[in-house]
Amino acid sequence: MRGHFWKGLLHGIPIALGYLSVSFGFGILAVRSGLAAWQATLISAACVTSAGQVAGVEILAAGGGLAELALVQLTVNLRYALMSLSLSQKRAESFTLPKRLLASFGITDEIFAVCAAEPVPLTFSYMAGVILISAAGWIVGTALGAGAGEILPERISAALGIMLYGMFIAIVVPTAKRRRGVLFAALAAASLSVLARIFIPSLSAGFSVILCTLIAASAAALLFPKGGEDA
Amino acid sequence: MNFFLALTVMAGVTYLIRMLPFAFFRKKIESRFIRSFLDYVPYAVLAAMTIPAVFSSAGGIVPSAVGAALALLLAWFDLPLIVVATAAALAAYLTGFFF
Repeated sequence: MRGHFWKGLLHGIPIALGYLSVSFGFGILAVRSGLAAWQATLISAACVTSAGQVAGVEILAAGGGLAELALVQLTVNLRYALMSLSLSQKRAESFTLPKRLLASFGITDEIFAVCAAEPVPLTFSYMAGVILISAAGWIVGTALGAGAGEILPERISAALGIMLYGMFIAIVVPTAKRRRGVLFAALAAASLSVLARIFIPSLSAGFSVILCTLIAASAAALLFPKGGEDA
Repeated sequence: MNFFLALTVMAGVTYLIRMLPFAFFRKKIESRFIRSFLDYVPYAVLAAMTIPAVFSSAGGIVPSAVGAALALLLAWFDLPLIVVATAAALAAYLTGFFF
């Protein structure tokens, strides 16, 4: 199990590095919206979700109500339900309920991506490793951004913004190369996402991801059912 | 609005969305369609989140596109995540000096 934990920590390093720069930006935004640095850091520690936190801070700044806050969190973060359901299918037998309750806390887009790419059943130790280092990066980055202002030159922090997407590409491409169904699902989702951006600009990013995913993954499941291809 | 009340709502809703499917869904799914669907979800989610957002992720569109192209190329040759991500950022950073 120790081996799993260290492997998780190792796999979490690129996530933590990417999170450092993203949460740094969140920290700056939150303080500009009128929150104290400790409040911004506390939000990051309690939520660990980029889009949801930004939406939440915007509502707080605009003086919105609790119902609106809850509904927006539900919408922006609904994709996590799909990811959690997907991960629930590859939990190891040793994953007891208390451990599941703990690990659920850290299912983010990137942590999900890394866990989904694992070829073996998921253990608590592995997930704990990935989550611990990633959440640490997320919280520390927020505190740095909120407390110390911009410590990195604009040019560098701008370039770091691409790291998370680079990770996503590195996860999708090798599998898409080998499995036609995955290639189809990724191309369909990417095309739909571009079309949504052009033709329905009012659609929020969270909703767009939900819609594109549902359509693309359904179509892929119909056209390339599992077992009917090479992988 | 009370900060701690707002924090509790944000964190609570976010946690429940993640926890309920992961902690309480126990049985294996039999339906071939749903199993295939769930298998494709991660790749669809990542593709939808990456395209077109990656093209504005590193400041201007040119540095972002150069970083994305390099990431695609390196990913094609199965390089590790950290290498692909770092190379993309480095390429975007260097391109940023010219565009």
